[in-house]
Amino acid sequence: MSAVASPAPAGTVESAPAPAPNKVEVENLNVWFGKNNAVKNATLAVKPNTVLAVIGPSGCGKSTFLRALNRMHDLVPTARVTGKVLVDGQDLYTREVDPVLLRRRVGMVFQRPNPFPTMSVEENVAAGLVLNGIRGDHHELVERSLRKAALWDEVKDRLNHAATSLSGGQQQRLSIARALAIEPEVLLMDEPASALDPIATAKIEELIHELKEHYTIIIVTHSMQQAARVSDQTAFFYMGELVEMGPTEQIFTNPKERRTEDYVTGKFG
Amino acid sequence: MSPESSARPAAHTDKAFEADLREVREKILTMGGKVEDQIAKSMRSLTERDSELAEQVKEGDLEINRLEVDIDDLCRRTLALRQPAASDLRLITTALKIVTDLERIGDEAVNIAERAIELNQSPPLAPYVDLPRLADLAQNQVKKSLDAFVRADPETAEEVLGSDDQLDDLFVKIFNELLNFMMEDSRTIRRATSLVSICKYLERIGDHAMNVAEMVIYMVRGTDVRHPKSRTIPA
Repeated sequence: MSAVASPAPAGTVESAPAPAPNKVEVENLNVWFGKNNAVKNATLAVKPNTVLAVIGPSGCGKSTFLRALNRMHDLVPTARVTGKVLVDGQDLYTREVDPVLLRRRVGMVFQRPNPFPTMSVEENVAAGLVLNGIRGDHHELVERSLRKAALWDEVKDRLNHAATSLSGGQQQRLSIARALAIEPEVLLMDEPASALDPIATAKIEELIHELKEHYTIIIVTHSMQQAARVSDQTAFFYMGELVEMGPTEQIFTNPKERRTEDYVTGKFG
Repeated sequence: MSPESSARPAAHTDKAFEADLREVREKILTMGGKVEDQIAKSMRSLTERDSELAEQVKEGDLEINRLEVDIDDLCRRTLALRQPAASDLRLITTALKIVTDLERIGDEAVNIAERAIELNQSPPLAPYVDLPRLADLAQNQVKKSLDAFVRADPETAEEVLGSDDQLDDLFVKIFNELLNFMMEDSRTIRRATSLVSICKYLERIGDHAMNVAEMVIYMVRGTDVRHPKSRTIPA
């Protein structure tokens, strides 16, 4: 250790680069549904251009946690959220933040592909732009988004076809293209591949690797292998509590907490 | 680690997986027991000048080899079908490496037996005093490293790592004695060289036991203690 920490020879001294600021910071986040404390005091931070996987058994609060990151609980009458969620240092839960504008910065992809059934492929991708009142030539942005979602080559000749004519895997990538069209900075994914076959799943996972270059991604997944494959960091939730978060390799080879160990080795009945 | 979670001896929800892991552990134990037995027999075939026993050692190696293949197979199957994680993953990767060392210890026992057969055809060079001590040390290292594996006990594994010098020192002592024999009387060279080889085999057995001990520490703690010096070299 000391060899590494020894001072550099004179003349080559450079000031150490400041650690990259966190893209997302969550501080003491609590989510309540009535009297049920679904997320308990979660605190964590995500570096830009990394993937955080959130794992845990059903009902552990992982989806609730994810949804709190773009204020999707706002519309649930019994829901109450306390604590802070900061994106680039700005707290999303202050009065000044417009949830609609927030969701342009923090996009969401859901478990099941959810294209608008009456719209074409192209209209689906542009839907977010139209809803957000973004004017101008959408064609270029549609193409760019479809390319980013690794779907362009498969749909470029059928942009006017109904979105529902696409396969499940294509529909999910279409949903991702739609989320990307409004150019978010953070992408939230809630079980994005759980309804897909292994090949479509592999495409989504490969896509996550590519998207990481431009976005910060937080993905909730039931599949531990998927978390292991796609993420840099993994957070384990159990009964509303963030039990452990660390580098994915460490969580899957040598977790520090017994409950994490039990979960990743399949010891929770 | 909270007290309530550490108190519970957790079992895998998937009972078949649990059974696979148990089988890996049990087979390694069986293999380890056979290997210990082979070393003891090979040394007895030398000290008691029992070449028939030495032949048994050569035959006994087949079973050790079969266990190596069996355990490898079981580990590969578990990796492919169960995708083990955390301590399970460390157990399987440890098992894969330990069997190689155990199999080689078995080979060394066969080497000892082969030298014994040669030596038993001539009158003994001198009473075997230090050589059985060297064998005891080597055997003890093997036994301890296997105990450490069974009990998932890194402290015992550390003891194995700490006692290797004793073995090396005794090896040097015996080697010098045998060198003296050879210098004084060239007719002893053939026998003395065979005995030097046996010392070398025992010393290698000790090294393999160290490898096992290092893997046990990894298995339990998740830290790799091998080759500390190599870590200062840039990758």
